[in-house]
Amino acid sequence: MSESATDTAVGADDTDDDDHAHHPSDAEYIKIALVLALITGVEVFTYFESVLDWGAFLIPSLMVMMVVKFWLVARMFMHLKADKPILSQFFVTGIVMAVAVYMVTLLAFNFF
Amino acid sequence: MSTATADTHTEHDPHATNTGISNTKLAMWLFLGTECLLFGGLISTYLLYKTRGNGKTLPTDIFDIPFTSVSSFVLLMSSLTMVLALSALQRGDVERSRGWLLTTAMLGGVFVGGQVYEFTSFYREGIGFTTNPASSAFFTLTGFHGVHVSLGILMLMSLVVASMQGRLKPQNAETVEIVGLYWHFVDIVWIFIFTVIYLIPAE
Repeated sequence: MSESATDTAVGADDTDDDDHAHHPSDAEYIKIALVLALITGVEVFTYFESVLDWGAFLIPSLMVMMVVKFWLVARMFMHLKADKPILSQFFVTGIVMAVAVYMVTLLAFNFF
Repeated sequence: MSTATADTHTEHDPHATNTGISNTKLAMWLFLGTECLLFGGLISTYLLYKTRGNGKTLPTDIFDIPFTSVSSFVLLMSSLTMVLALSALQRGDVERSRGWLLTTAMLGGVFVGGQVYEFTSFYREGIGFTTNPASSAFFTLTGFHGVHVSLGILMLMSLVVASMQGRLKPQNAETVEIVGLYWHFVDIVWIFIFTVIYLIPAE
């Protein structure tokens, strides 16, 4: 009996450890933050048009950088990469619904 | 034997749910999904009204991008300190975790302080909440975000107090993770606001 109980306990602990084992290390978190800071720096740089004329590439470039930052924070800092897929599904559902509903709204008001 | 196994299972498996995820964590993710709709509505409203100034100054006319960039950077770095707090607690380093939680709350406080400064300077320039549709939409959007950050600071400070009282232990790491999820969400909403509202030039 005790053997079975011990087995279960060890199994449960292993699962917990396994959950955390997929999380990035502190050094990796710092590297991700440095990448985020760098992208933010480039975003702010685009604001000073006198330095470099981004022209038609400005808005697409800003959107791509925003999505990359968003994706990095959600996947690495919020652990969506390591957590169960159902959590990503909940979050993505919310985002897709929001984008769909408000794109229709913006279209209806002739925003584009 | 089966009773002993069941007892052990209950004692050692905090995620004994159908999904394998604790209900509180699942609830937080569901909440964050609905928050996407809330902020989507506020951002869309601002985009629709951003050029409607009724002959008065628009918020876009007086944006202080270098100042807002610093605020954005501060909030972004608070996400780093938040994950470091969780990581430290998971390793059993309660004191370091408390330090990172406090740092996160302080960085959040700097961000909110910056927002108050921005609102004050807008008011001095003649832009109030009811000046024009653009200003109403702007203050509503950024104000709602500021309230979210402020609530996050309260949650963080309650974790700091719990930690000082010895009530925040490595086995409570999920509580810190859930507060962290909220905090990171507030950060990614600002990532969106900073680009779409501040950096993309108005027509």
